[in-house]
Amino acid sequence: MDGTTLIFIFNIVSAGLRTGTPLLFATIGELITERAGVLNLGVEGMMLAGALAGFAVSFSTGNPWLGVAAGMLAAGVLSLLHGLVAISLRGDQVVSGLALAFVGRGLTAVLGARYVQIRDVPRLPNIEMPFLNDIPLIGPTILGPLFGRQNIVLYLGFLLVPLVWFFINRTRAGLNLRAIGEYPAAADAAGINVVRLRYFYVFVGGMLAGLAGASLSLAVTPLWIEDMTAGQGWIAVGLVIFAGWDPWRAALGSYIFGALRRLPLDLQSVSWLPFASNPILGTWLSMIPYLFTIVALMFSSREAARKRLGAPAALGVPYVRGERGL
Amino acid sequence: MTQLDTNQPYALVMRGIVKRFPGVLANDHVDLALYPGEVHALLGENGAGKSTLMNILSGLYRPDAGQIIINGEPVTFNSPRDAIRRGIGMVHQHFMLVPTLTVAENLILGQDDIGFILDYTALEAKVAELSQKFGLAVDPHAKIWQLSVGEQQRVEILKMLYHGAKILIMDEPTAVLTPQEVEELFKTLREMAAVGHTIIFISHKLDEVLEIADRVTVLRRGKVTAVVDTAHTTKAELARLMVGREVLFRVEKKPANPGNPILEIQNLNAKNDRGLPALRNLSLTVRSGEIVGVAGVAGNGQVELAEVITGLRPAESGKILVHGQDITNKPATAAIDRGVAHIPADRTGVGSAPNLYLDENLIMKSYRHPPISKGWAINLSEAFRQAVQLIKRFDVKTPDVKTPARLLSGGNLQKLILARELSREPEAIIAVYPSRGLDAGATEAVHRRLIDERDRGSAILLISEDLDELLSLADRIVVLYEGQIIGEVPPKDELVDEIGLMMAGTKIQAGD
Amino acid sequence: MRIKIEPRLIVPKWMSFLGLIAAILAALFFGGFLLSYGGLNPLVAYRQMFTDAFLRSYSPSDTLVKATPLLLAGLGVTVAFRMKLWNIGAEGQLLIGAWAASGVALFVMPPETPRPIMLLAMGVAGFLGGALWGLIPGILKAKLQVNEIISSLMLTYVAILFNNFFIYGPWSAGGFGLTRSFPRTGWFPRLLDFVDFVPAFRGMTAHIGFLIGLVAAVILAVLFRRSKWGYELKLIGDNPRAAEYAGVNLARHIMLAMFISGGLAGLAGMSEVAGVVHRLQENFSPGYGFTAIIVAWLARLNPLAVVLVAYLFGGLLVGGDSIQPAGIPLMIQGIIMFCVISADLLTRYRIRLVRPKSQELEALDTEVTAG
Repeated sequence: MDGTTLIFIFNIVSAGLRTGTPLLFATIGELITERAGVLNLGVEGMMLAGALAGFAVSFSTGNPWLGVAAGMLAAGVLSLLHGLVAISLRGDQVVSGLALAFVGRGLTAVLGARYVQIRDVPRLPNIEMPFLNDIPLIGPTILGPLFGRQNIVLYLGFLLVPLVWFFINRTRAGLNLRAIGEYPAAADAAGINVVRLRYFYVFVGGMLAGLAGASLSLAVTPLWIEDMTAGQGWIAVGLVIFAGWDPWRAALGSYIFGALRRLPLDLQSVSWLPFASNPILGTWLSMIPYLFTIVALMFSSREAARKRLGAPAALGVPYVRGERGL
Repeated sequence: MTQLDTNQPYALVMRGIVKRFPGVLANDHVDLALYPGEVHALLGENGAGKSTLMNILSGLYRPDAGQIIINGEPVTFNSPRDAIRRGIGMVHQHFMLVPTLTVAENLILGQDDIGFILDYTALEAKVAELSQKFGLAVDPHAKIWQLSVGEQQRVEILKMLYHGAKILIMDEPTAVLTPQEVEELFKTLREMAAVGHTIIFISHKLDEVLEIADRVTVLRRGKVTAVVDTAHTTKAELARLMVGREVLFRVEKKPANPGNPILEIQNLNAKNDRGLPALRNLSLTVRSGEIVGVAGVAGNGQVELAEVITGLRPAESGKILVHGQDITNKPATAAIDRGVAHIPADRTGVGSAPNLYLDENLIMKSYRHPPISKGWAINLSEAFRQAVQLIKRFDVKTPDVKTPARLLSGGNLQKLILARELSREPEAIIAVYPSRGLDAGATEAVHRRLIDERDRGSAILLISEDLDELLSLADRIVVLYEGQIIGEVPPKDELVDEIGLMMAGTKIQAGD
Repeated sequence: MRIKIEPRLIVPKWMSFLGLIAAILAALFFGGFLLSYGGLNPLVAYRQMFTDAFLRSYSPSDTLVKATPLLLAGLGVTVAFRMKLWNIGAEGQLLIGAWAASGVALFVMPPETPRPIMLLAMGVAGFLGGALWGLIPGILKAKLQVNEIISSLMLTYVAILFNNFFIYGPWSAGGFGLTRSFPRTGWFPRLLDFVDFVPAFRGMTAHIGFLIGLVAAVILAVLFRRSKWGYELKLIGDNPRAAEYAGVNLARHIMLAMFISGGLAGLAGMSEVAGVVHRLQENFSPGYGFTAIIVAWLARLNPLAVVLVAYLFGGLLVGGDSIQPAGIPLMIQGIIMFCVISADLLTRYRIRLVRPKSQELEALDTEVTAG
């Protein structure tokens, strides 16, 4: 393998990790919400809210971390709207989630209009890890170029995935989370407050969607434009199905998607691909991530439906204590 | 209503309990008093208010009025957690176990005296120890869905003991067990009572109540009708107290007069929802004018059998013939058009459309053909006219035809389904758990209709988990075990033990 | 004293209607808050929007222009939603419908084709384009259980890129994001075409697309109410397992509904290019396909109500054009949808204050209804 090919591959992997990180946050957030038995299709709207709030607060305070907090809070509050309809009012979760997506889009379009022209927002920092180069063999060749200097959100993502996996599968709270999504009546009978926990995890999912948005507008593409998520919130919902509700597979899907999303840009540097540098034909390449989502669902949906695996059994079903019927 | 003697050393007293649901007074000043160490039966028909009362005791519902006193101390439960803390444990009819979790995980669910990070080795050891102590053998590492129903029940009991329950509520625990498993359960219950646990045994089966309980509180329409010692009562008296009138224990019927084979099933194989074999080489013939009962523990292929016959589930191999015509793997309309009626197990989930009106529910099977069909359209006035007639003929109690089906009670909904299925004068009827959850009156109506259909010449396949129902209705009984027909017996009461053994998988030549 | 929330068994029609009105008022109220937060005087903004949408002499025509794609696409969404098939990719189907109609007008039919034939060919192409685009998620759902929400939405993004390829690439007029104009035979008749007979039509751009939508609405209303297909849709929507039990072929119905749903959305796209822009260009739809979802939902999936709601929302878009920032209609739509859902659910419950003392008496009054 010659040097250019190697650099090219590194570019793709590196860009994939960076572009996939916001998506990872959103996917993990939705995964947690769904594990609790609530389907929240409003991820796109919450991400936009997180992106705008993060951008605006970072811009006005000069502190990107305050921006992240604001973004998470804004999206979290929106998610509670969905919680109200889905959990307390026992409404149709599909319709409520759709409404949330619309509200988020509309709200950010109006409130964000004055931020569109701003370019110099305080961003989340990159982290230098020069010591990675000192590791023999793979240090200077792989670890250093890939991870030696990346944005902090990337490392947050690396931390989040094992943490969430451990939380779900190895802790008492995670056990409760699994129980309320699988069989809320059993959890209720065991003395677990299903309603309170479902609100909590809807909120957590919302905050992670907010983090996804904020990391988009403060790190990956540091600016604000209307609809800047370009469907990533919806892709996150799809990736949760692809992931079979497992955080590790969610990470895999997010990073693959990230790489595919960047592909048209990366391929422009490859001279022997005639059409890659042609922006018109490049539109075909831009379709790949969306088509990838569909293809991923084609393979995972049937599997999931056949084995009845993965999907929390009570997903999308409001819990009513003592509902009668067979 | 009986007066409570409050000087007695009761383990538990519930006094003047009132619980109202929209349109239903489920508990009307109910009193219940238990001695420590007794097995106390709560007897009543479906809808008598037993489950409501017990849901109040386990903290799921809050009573509108009334008092709960445990060991002389008044208590209020705001949640199941409070009830668990007070030593009350309920084994629900539908087990409160999370299928995807392990036995150990289910036991510790909701307990907060364990660390935040779960130490599985220690937990499983503790569970194994407990299961040894109470003689309730289960593998702590197994996932719930991998266990048989009897094993799951053991886990439920173990869970309650793990939670420190002193008062154990068993909600219709025998409904899903084979006769032999029932014996084993009774042994466990007696042992627990002997060491001082108090057991509330909910049932509507009189024989069981007489066998296991020391005393019985009888509920009818939300009220206590009597508290009696089982030593001083009879089955007939309990039945009268429960239903409010004398009850026939058997439906009267003429001997069967079987004619030509109508429904023929040959070497049928099919898979369940998980993709595992549900029916294996099953062959069965139902003749005109006979009721063939299918006995078996739930989950041995009953629902799949009904679905394959009616075209709702594909057959992997084998043949299904109706009147000699092959309908295997044809669309569901093939069975419908050849006169196969289907009374499904799940009345609300499959048998009806909850928000559609009664007339719309009644044309589900007939809208494709005249007179309901009129070219591309549906003859709405004809549908309405027919609905009015059917509702009258089948005695469906409803304010009017334009009522959503979800507002009907269980018994009336079943009558509606019968009206739809039987009014088409079917050649064959597949009836799955037709009287489940119905009170005595509605059950009798269902049984009467089925026998009338048999006498009219229909071929009836009756799938039921209630042996009494099978023994009283069927002309012959086949036993289904793991998707196979493991044997056939005539419907004689004295063969109950054989049927039970076959339900548990033992092959016997009945009548030998 | 304590608050008791109980479900209502049946919600009276008038209450559900009142709930709808209350929800829209509440949405305008909340929207006003956000507008004032965004630095606008909500009363002034609303008045301006309302005047432009409904009160000026051009208002009816302008509002009809915006209402037309909402009506057609809204009807499409209605068909799918009736059986709880969440086709939220109407926007993509609309775009592909517009693409197909444009292709036919520019490259298939000779420019001298008589107008009725040209328009018919464009209509058929538009319908088929949208229908096939809708059929993809339909097949994926029916055969592979792929979630139609995600797939239809992903295909919307693909459709945007697909159109961009053509308008910047092979069909581009001079490298801009648009094609050349259709021949006049590919234009829908507009009111202003009849200015010689009715002088008041001067400058009015409302076109025949709305009439097509009206006809479609009436046909759908009849089919939903009287036909076997309408009955089957209703049955599937209420309980798919009961529908299967009744012998309805779910997979076929999913595909058929997505085909028709996409087709109507495609027709909306065709009507937009034939009636308004007269060419294919970038961003010609400000999200009509998405707004159509809200229109259908607000109309309670009743085709005749879709006509009314589409007109009102057309007004919202016209009004929104006259004030800044541009996203106001989008925001108000979202809030309206949320308020309507909440109102729907709230009317299902009744909230009562009860005194603990009277409970027992009340309980005694209630009759036991046993099976």
